[in-house]
Amino acid sequence: MSVPSRFSRREMFLKIAMLFNGIVGVLLGIPIVGYLLTPVIKGRKPGYERWISLGPIDQFPSGQTRLATYHNPVTRAWDGETADIPCWVRHTDGDHFQVFAINCAHLGCPVRWFSQSGLFMCPCHGGAYYADGARASGPPERGLFEYPFKILDGNLHIQAGEMPTPGLSAGNCTKRPPCA
Amino acid sequence: MRLMQRVGSWLDERLQLGRPIRETMEHPIPRETASWFYVFGSAAMTVFGLQLVTGVLLALIYVPSAGEAWNSLQILNTQVTLGWFIRALHGWGSNFMLAIVLIHMVQVFLFGAYKFPRELTWTIGIFLLLMTLGMAFTGQVLRFDQDAYWGLGIGASIASRVPVLGPGLVSLVLGGPIIAGATLSRFFALHVFVVPGLLMLFVGLHLLLVLKLGINEWPMPGRLVRRSDYVEKYHAMTRTEGVPFVPYGVWKDAVFSGVILLCIAVCALYFGPFGPSGQPDPRVIQTAPRPDFFFLWLYALLSLLPPVLETPVLLIGPAIGLMVLLALPFFSGEGEKSWKRRPIAVLAILLVAVALGTFTSLASDAPWSPVMDAGTGTPVPSHYLSGRTPLEIQGALVFQSKQCHNCHAIGEGGGKRGPALDVVAVRLTGDQLVRQVLQGGGNMPAYGKNLSPAQTTALVAFLETLHPAGQAPAQDASRAAGMQP
Repeated sequence: MSVPSRFSRREMFLKIAMLFNGIVGVLLGIPIVGYLLTPVIKGRKPGYERWISLGPIDQFPSGQTRLATYHNPVTRAWDGETADIPCWVRHTDGDHFQVFAINCAHLGCPVRWFSQSGLFMCPCHGGAYYADGARASGPPERGLFEYPFKILDGNLHIQAGEMPTPGLSAGNCTKRPPCA
Repeated sequence: MRLMQRVGSWLDERLQLGRPIRETMEHPIPRETASWFYVFGSAAMTVFGLQLVTGVLLALIYVPSAGEAWNSLQILNTQVTLGWFIRALHGWGSNFMLAIVLIHMVQVFLFGAYKFPRELTWTIGIFLLLMTLGMAFTGQVLRFDQDAYWGLGIGASIASRVPVLGPGLVSLVLGGPIIAGATLSRFFALHVFVVPGLLMLFVGLHLLLVLKLGINEWPMPGRLVRRSDYVEKYHAMTRTEGVPFVPYGVWKDAVFSGVILLCIAVCALYFGPFGPSGQPDPRVIQTAPRPDFFFLWLYALLSLLPPVLETPVLLIGPAIGLMVLLALPFFSGEGEKSWKRRPIAVLAILLVAVALGTFTSLASDAPWSPVMDAGTGTPVPSHYLSGRTPLEIQGALVFQSKQCHNCHAIGEGGGKRGPALDVVAVRLTGDQLVRQVLQGGGNMPAYGKNLSPAQTTALVAFLETLHPAGQAPAQDASRAAGMQP
């Protein structure tokens, strides 16, 4: 009769041990998952976006569209050249600007400006946009991503910091659509 | 000799691996399976071994930092003794591994090897295929050049389209707000630790199942698989007609693996390493990113799908494909194995092969991409200009300066995004040309805002000259009728 009772005692110990390990596993799992999800959580909380200067507005003559670059506000020391992000600045007139993301609204390839034909063209899948960023043709479902801008002390500032992607377009749009 | 025997038996007393190894070597296989058709699995494993070795060798030099990765690859290519060769072996090994895995899968499918009782072997094989593709993609990222940089942008853009979770997924994939150091580090961890570890585990399971369940017998038309008696019949067959795996089956495996390794080495020597292409500097936008060979079909698909269908196809298509592959052995686990009596199976393979082949060959030409420098770099052929009026020649200039040539071919050069214009005047009248240029339509942007009336007149005058010598340009029939007295 002693065998079954000894068995159940050991079984109980085993179950306690498993339960104990399970609890320890969960306790360890929480920080691990937290660590893994940092880019997501941090991105949502303080946000990655900052106001960044693109330099004096006289760099961008009225009626022209020019390439500008900015240093991404959130970077690490070993990011190298990848921290320098280009964007297209269109100075329509006076204080009116449009600042477009370099990324095609289709799948993120770098669009190029062709001033003579007044088009942005994408080298990857053939998307094309008009001078004001509106979709002209090809696979994109929308116009170019646009950064909110403001002018402070004669400098053009944009709100940027996160690579715009088609699914990310909602939320941070303070200006007229379409916007990043 | 005696010393070696003593060391051997000392080890075996402790490890006790001698017997299982001997049993594995001597296990009987159906005689017909000692065939050249059964060599692909072992060859894939051999190439995986090569990838492990060359991968470790590359990791001795490679720096997984966004600022230094590209430089370290240049140093591997040019300064480290035979660094270029190891890179080339690893790159070509990757292509060969994917090709062999695909061939292996097709062979297994056509020979009905996924049927009872080998369903789990097939399922694990599907995961091995996914991991091999994952290795190819993450490997392409580690070659941190322009193609890798913008390829990551494409990956992130696709991920962003997942409903609700999209933005979070993008941050998770990139490891931060932009493609940068954190992105490369996580792809390094995936390519070097996570996926290879899983691959080794799954290859082990895959092999274990092949040994436990026995290699698939040569399919004979009419010999049906039934769950009730298959295992019994299989063992009866291997007992009576079987031959030991070593040496009957294994010598062909060994020869083929050797040939493949040699082919990889020859390709590596002759063609050299892949890239890296330009530096991963987002400011250098004069680039036309292209994926590696095995993802070209996807590049074509992304260009050719109608915009409305793109997101559903991208997000749901792979899930359906995966489910079909995983469900296959459970829906068709019994019955005929021979491809000679499975016409739908053969047609399915042909369909997939033709589709992938067509997309791949289209992608190597990429007619949907504008030729970005045609406006400045590709002249209008002189025979389209000789004997023309000043207005028409002015139109040819407008054609070049307004980058029409980027999307429209004339003669040999130019883009293929829009139709070639060599005989456009036969298709469209002058009025129709004006309308098309100013208003666009049919996937052409409208140029109304960017052409002065004089430029439009000149351009259309030039376009109206584009018809074969013996063929009249298109006429507006109604106008011609209206002119009648």
